[in-house]
Amino acid sequence: MFMFEKAVTGSRRYWLWIGLLSVVMLGGLFAWLRQFNQGLGITGLSRDVSWGLYIAQFTFLVGVAASAVMVVLPYYLHNFKVFGRITILGEFLAISSVTMCMLFIFVDMGQPMRVLNVMLYPTPHSMMFWDMVSLGGYLVLNATIAYVTLSAERKGVPPPSWIKPVIVLSIPWAVSIHTVTAFLYAGLPGRSFWLTAILAPRFLASAFAAGPALLILLCMVIRKVSKFDCGREPIQKLAVIVTYAMCANVFFVLMEMFTALYSGIPEDAEHFRFLFFGLEGHAPLAPWMWTSVILAAAALVLLIAPKMRHNEKILAATCGMVFLSLWIDKGMGLIVGGFVPSPLGAVTVYVPTPPEVAITLGIWALGMLMVTVFYKITLAVRESLV
Amino acid sequence: MKKMTRKGFLKAGGAALVVIAGKRIAGTEGAAAAPPPPPGALTAKRWAMVVDLARCREKEGCTACIAACHREHNVPQFNDRAHEVKWLWKEPYANVFPENAAQYTEAAERGGPVLVTCNHCASPACVRVCPTQATWQREDGIVMMDWHRCIGCRYCVAACPYGSRSFNWEDPRPHISHLNANYPTRTKGVVEKCTFCEERLAKGQLPACVEACPAKAIVFGDIEDPKSEVRAVLRERFSLRRKPELGTQPHIFYLI
Repeated sequence: MFMFEKAVTGSRRYWLWIGLLSVVMLGGLFAWLRQFNQGLGITGLSRDVSWGLYIAQFTFLVGVAASAVMVVLPYYLHNFKVFGRITILGEFLAISSVTMCMLFIFVDMGQPMRVLNVMLYPTPHSMMFWDMVSLGGYLVLNATIAYVTLSAERKGVPPPSWIKPVIVLSIPWAVSIHTVTAFLYAGLPGRSFWLTAILAPRFLASAFAAGPALLILLCMVIRKVSKFDCGREPIQKLAVIVTYAMCANVFFVLMEMFTALYSGIPEDAEHFRFLFFGLEGHAPLAPWMWTSVILAAAALVLLIAPKMRHNEKILAATCGMVFLSLWIDKGMGLIVGGFVPSPLGAVTVYVPTPPEVAITLGIWALGMLMVTVFYKITLAVRESLV
Repeated sequence: MKKMTRKGFLKAGGAALVVIAGKRIAGTEGAAAAPPPPPGALTAKRWAMVVDLARCREKEGCTACIAACHREHNVPQFNDRAHEVKWLWKEPYANVFPENAAQYTEAAERGGPVLVTCNHCASPACVRVCPTQATWQREDGIVMMDWHRCIGCRYCVAACPYGSRSFNWEDPRPHISHLNANYPTRTKGVVEKCTFCEERLAKGQLPACVEACPAKAIVFGDIEDPKSEVRAVLRERFSLRRKPELGTQPHIFYLI
């Protein structure tokens, strides 16, 4: 079944890594069981900040999932051969990210045993219904594409022709998952921080920066731990994509800030003030937000300067900076910033609790495990062909 | 007979699921006619509430309506502000009407706190976003909650521009001091809020807060009925609604 036999043979180092991830996952599972028993009260969430760390991860990871399109589109639509060896890595990254997204929604639910109510009472006027449809569809599409193309590769035959339209469909679908995710927030009348038409474009720009940045890092890791080398060219091409996407993202964020701060409309400006300077003496996110700004600015310089971008060591550090900066900005910054101040003007400090962090780490570990296993299978298939 | 392969079975199963899902979406879900109200029930085309702030503030620190509501509906009392559950409460004027609050008009406007609750909007954002229709609107305008269907995603909490919704962050039952056996308690992990006392209306009684108010500051009635008391007071007095610019059409009116 799905070439899984290739994932159960590996070096000591491989098993140590799997073991480590399993321990973190178990920790997350135990923390979740506690949450399941006692309720979401064991998190730092509150009446005023009712979404937090979980939904922040969900939002960020939808972007990582969508970014697979940045390798799929050039390869399949423009016949850009350079990406030929890494498209499947992008697809497996998408599968893992979408799974993490779904789990982060699941652990955020107050009544997780009722999750199937979303399918039992399908509600087209709810954006959450469409988010389920788009994420589920994207998972099925990518799983199908990855399985069919990898199977063909193993047999040394070209993939069946019917898969091509499925791949083409996955391209607009990738855009849709992040657009619908932005609509979750951008359609709420009382939340000015999210009520902005640029939210979806901004989500896509940050996704196409953070996702390919991660893919570059993964390619470099693969090169270190296996015989497989993606080569220099795909990494450099990905770096160009990261550069453009990061420029667009920073541009969009600055436009948001200008509109909110120059107009001075309190309900628009106060969220930014809270994030960067604090309100009523509370500035829990300010160190994070400034870190994000500094990382983004530095990363932009290092990306735009060709000499820096061409140096793979520097590029690796830059990709890490891009990823971290966007993880802060589009994660906790975006979610918590939208809730403070509350509709009744309350400034509430939200700090995730240890069980909440354990659950979050557990899901990240599961995602990393999925990426590891999928990549291991892919590399084993390719090694057996040589 | 042809042998069923695993692949064939999965294919057939998948196709069946798609057909069932399609039928459900296209089906009559949600369109089912509401049962007729029981005999003796109070009915209206559109329920609305008017709060007379001057009267409400006659007795300083009065919480008769809040106590009555929370007792009637088994609303738990949490000391931790973060986990608070409330259906009806008081807020400073500047928080309720931030667009009207100004430094030097304080004396005239902020003469005291303002009673707030669910606005039973004609165009409720919470109902629009709920992925399971666990919160929905009746034909008479009441925004309802089904605590048995709610999955606890808190999308409605994010959508409500008035902060009127409460989530049960922990088991509420140990925090109910006097249990009213005639009204359900909730479980952890679901959202709750004011329902205009639909259970009392069905028995021909006015909402608990209206009845409990010693100053008769809350008027409740059918806003579509030109002869109703709510229409009479709204005709005579200047009133405000919370954030009407959002298009939610709140149905709680405040007489200033």
